[in-house]
Amino acid sequence: MIHLYRFRGLNIALDVNSGAAHMVSDAVYGILGRCGASGADGFSEAAAWAAAGEMSGEYPGAVLKEAVSEICGLADSGMLFTEETRISDEALAGRGAAIKALCLHASHDCNMRCRYCFGSGGSFSGRRGLMPVEIGMKAIDFLLERSGGRRNLEIDFFGGEPLMNFGAVRQLVAYGRRREGDCGKRIRFTITTNGLLLDAEKEAFINEHMDNVVLSIDGRPEVNDAMRRTAGGGGAYGAVMKNYRRFRENRRGAYYLRGTFTRNNLDFSEDVRHLADLGFDRISAEPVVADAENDFALRDEDLPRLLEEYDRLAGLCLDYALEGRPIDFFHFSIDLTQGPCVFKRVSGCGAGLEYAAVSPEGDIYPCHQFVGKPAFRLGNVGEGSFHNRLRDSFGRAHIYGKPDCAGCWAKFYCGGGCHASAWQANGDIMKPYALGCELERKRVECAIGIQASLAAASESAGAAPETSLWDEEPAFL
Amino acid sequence: PSLKDKGCGECQCAT
Repeated sequence: MIHLYRFRGLNIALDVNSGAAHMVSDAVYGILGRCGASGADGFSEAAAWAAAGEMSGEYPGAVLKEAVSEICGLADSGMLFTEETRISDEALAGRGAAIKALCLHASHDCNMRCRYCFGSGGSFSGRRGLMPVEIGMKAIDFLLERSGGRRNLEIDFFGGEPLMNFGAVRQLVAYGRRREGDCGKRIRFTITTNGLLLDAEKEAFINEHMDNVVLSIDGRPEVNDAMRRTAGGGGAYGAVMKNYRRFRENRRGAYYLRGTFTRNNLDFSEDVRHLADLGFDRISAEPVVADAENDFALRDEDLPRLLEEYDRLAGLCLDYALEGRPIDFFHFSIDLTQGPCVFKRVSGCGAGLEYAAVSPEGDIYPCHQFVGKPAFRLGNVGEGSFHNRLRDSFGRAHIYGKPDCAGCWAKFYCGGGCHASAWQANGDIMKPYALGCELERKRVECAIGIQASLAAASESAGAAPETSLWDEEPAFL
Repeated sequence: PSLKDKGCGECQCAT
């Protein structure tokens, strides 16, 4: 399977089953398109010549001959029209039952009332409350006991607002550090916060103990404050941004400013620009997760505008990179030289298999977005009960198990998408959220397009021979 | 190509 698209004047060809990516001339682009880019069946040198024959009025014969020769050479070397080597169902089913990551809902209370919150203002449709330390300790024990042979484990403090239960967070990190040594494991702690309580004391603790920090803010003040309101009803931008700027100055280690965009700010690239121009260089902007009846929910009719906006955002990221101050936009970060292994690409996020969430009451769910939904409750760490009766259904929800994914060119970058979004949109984790799929495909195109554009710009600028991407001057740049 | 060359689960839900 080949995916062809154009990005800012470049022709790009992705060999889906090998992971190879190419920039190609107009002649090659035309031949690949005529060869049936959507499938490998039927590709042969004869098919390439037939396609070239149809283009004889557009290009000189020598150009077409060269194009066919290069296409066939790459096909022979496994870099174009590569056939799919599928991981067997037995291998996928035999991945074991180890849990390696937990989302600890340290708080089901929040000092904000964001209009789009999927956690119902922090309570997750239940009662407000904080996770007792004892429940948190049992959750850590649960992770250590269920982690099998995995050495690297992860715990994310989430909510609600986890800094409302900062005392417990401190104690649980200390407990985890004690237990990890006993068990020969390493726990990577992370935290997600709305920033209102991020004072100097908490900042110092986070800097010392958290491998990654997700700082929630939507972007421009008026955009942020329209959706992200304090429990008292005021806008949060001023107080939060003051804390984030101080945090950024002192941060040693990873962080992301994480925004949500809605139907009310389809120009979300301007929000990324706002944050980048304030000096933040690691930014994420996510489409809102909301029931369709909400006025701010994204609609299918918004898709053309959203795709345009991702193009605009890609241009912005390119501009920053060419100015020598690149930003890391989360969904445009793809490692084309390596990335995750095929098992990971096929099986996706791991929710319900190797990832679980624990509520303040100790209830266990497949992931943080299923918390509070009784049909997805799998047990309770306080009671010592756990029966992953959904393991088989989540285990089948890989890219080969979902009809919509099997033929999608982006499947090895996406991994099948978000189960919770699928369930919310279609009531079925096997039926992906179609609008989300369209946005993910666009993000992957932009991510690879940015890398292609930077490579082309480097070549045009006369990069040193040892850093050149190719042996000869590209004919089409 | 980066897809060919394995599920150990040690990798890391913003080599």
